Amino acid sequence: MDWVNAIVQGIFVGGLYALFATGLSLIFGVMRLVNIAHGDLIILAAFLSLAVVDGLNIHPLVSLVIVVPVMAVFGYALQRGILNFTLGKDILPPLLVTFGLSVIIQNALLETFSADSQRLQAGAIETASIPITQGLAIGVLPLIIFITAIVVIGGLQFVFYQTTLGRVFRATSDDAVTARTMGIDNNHVFALAMALALAVVAIAGVLMGIRTNFDPAVGPARLLFAFEAVIMGGLGNLWGTLAGGIILGVAQAIGAQINPGWQILAGHIAFLIVLVIRPNGLFPRVQG
Amino acid sequence: MTPLLETRALEAFYGDFQALFGVDFTVGEGETVAIIGANGAGKSTFLKSITGVLSNRSDAIRFKNEPIGALAANHVVRRGIAMVPEGRRLFPSLSVEENLQMGAMSKRSGHWTLDTVYRLFPVLKERRYSPGTALSGGQQQMVAIGRGLMANPDLLLCDEISLGLAPIIIKDIYAAIPSITEEGTTVAVVEQDINQALAVADRVYCFQEGRVSLEGTPDTLTRERISAAYFGL
Repeated sequence: MDWVNAIVQGIFVGGLYALFATGLSLIFGVMRLVNIAHGDLIILAAFLSLAVVDGLNIHPLVSLVIVVPVMAVFGYALQRGILNFTLGKDILPPLLVTFGLSVIIQNALLETFSADSQRLQAGAIETASIPITQGLAIGVLPLIIFITAIVVIGGLQFVFYQTTLGRVFRATSDDAVTARTMGIDNNHVFALAMALALAVVAIAGVLMGIRTNFDPAVGPARLLFAFEAVIMGGLGNLWGTLAGGIILGVAQAIGAQINPGWQILAGHIAFLIVLVIRPNGLFPRVQG
Repeated sequence: MTPLLETRALEAFYGDFQALFGVDFTVGEGETVAIIGANGAGKSTFLKSITGVLSNRSDAIRFKNEPIGALAANHVVRRGIAMVPEGRRLFPSLSVEENLQMGAMSKRSGHWTLDTVYRLFPVLKERRYSPGTALSGGQQQMVAIGRGLMANPDLLLCDEISLGLAPIIIKDIYAAIPSITEEGTTVAVVEQDINQALAVADRVYCFQEGRVSLEGTPDTLTRERISAAYFGL
């Protein structure tokens, strides 16, 4: 039963990894931008929630009402003010600029909040669980996180395939120059994509902050998990990203079950195995 | 003839390379103009300059007597100039209908809607949920033209719409042009096929090495003059 329990918990952790990865996947899918600061933006959202929770004395989940729009507006401004100028045929400028952004965010958080480990206090839901059978229980918080991941990814799928904005995202991703001749302002479209991605990042950051401790230096590790989930699932495929997150979560849970020190290593090994067998990921986006 | 679009001493550059040298060009309202010339003559560069894909001096291009040379491509289409690009350049992630809908993003109203485009090219309605790139070459060209029309342009620029298509398909594609001009849209086609260009156009421009080497109406241009202007013989 311990093994079943470990795998079930791993699946639920995969939901959080999928949330980490979705924003990264969305940005890469629309504008071919690899955002090195993605993990730090997740931590920034968690700290923003911490400040809102402390300042207004509200529940961390309620703080989403403020954190999500603030991060979305920040994403729009970041894209229009800085990142749009780095986009072009050369992939290096966005990598360098987002790497610099990562350093700036980490140091700004360090200056503002110190290096102390923090946590968002969510009360009873942190420890509440639903017993399934003898020895197997599902935590309410991991369940909330997993359902949130499914709703977010389902929502993004709806936006991408059922709305005008999604059609514009896909067209711009296919051929930005031709989209421009149709009347599309690419700079605005890319900024909207970043706003959407950082709205998802905000949700991921707050849920992560409730689930685990965080400090200004842990962003790059979240980026690594997000990368692994995106690449295992297949670039540009959002449901694939969920599958990638689940594989990573289950691999880590199995590793931890064998030996607690193997948790992170097992995730990386699973990633390497997928990369060797299917270099394009398990569910690569099919181009017409 | 009221000029719809005029270029005066238009030049275009790719970095340090100059592709157009002082092109003077006029297309009047309701006209069908053909631009002919060999590969590398500057025809596509000329269309890219007009549509704002390549930026230019503001007054080098005037549309409805307003300078548009410095406008970005997304603003040019809102003024009423749409392009059917060389190689069709359909969006591979989008269905036929979604490709057509992208053409309407400039939010100009007029005769052309999904219904009227489907009436012009009925086969597209049958294939409207297929990926645009899953269609035959001729059908893809119909999507590209339909997408341009969905912008309800005053001027439709068609770049090499016969390229790579079978003669019978080219005939079908060109048969649609009178229906387009009847609705008040002026058409300029870039064409390598001289006979096709002469058959469809009210006036012809020939480009050679980035310059206009010949201009006239099809009935006044002899084979010899066209050959000389086309090949530089």
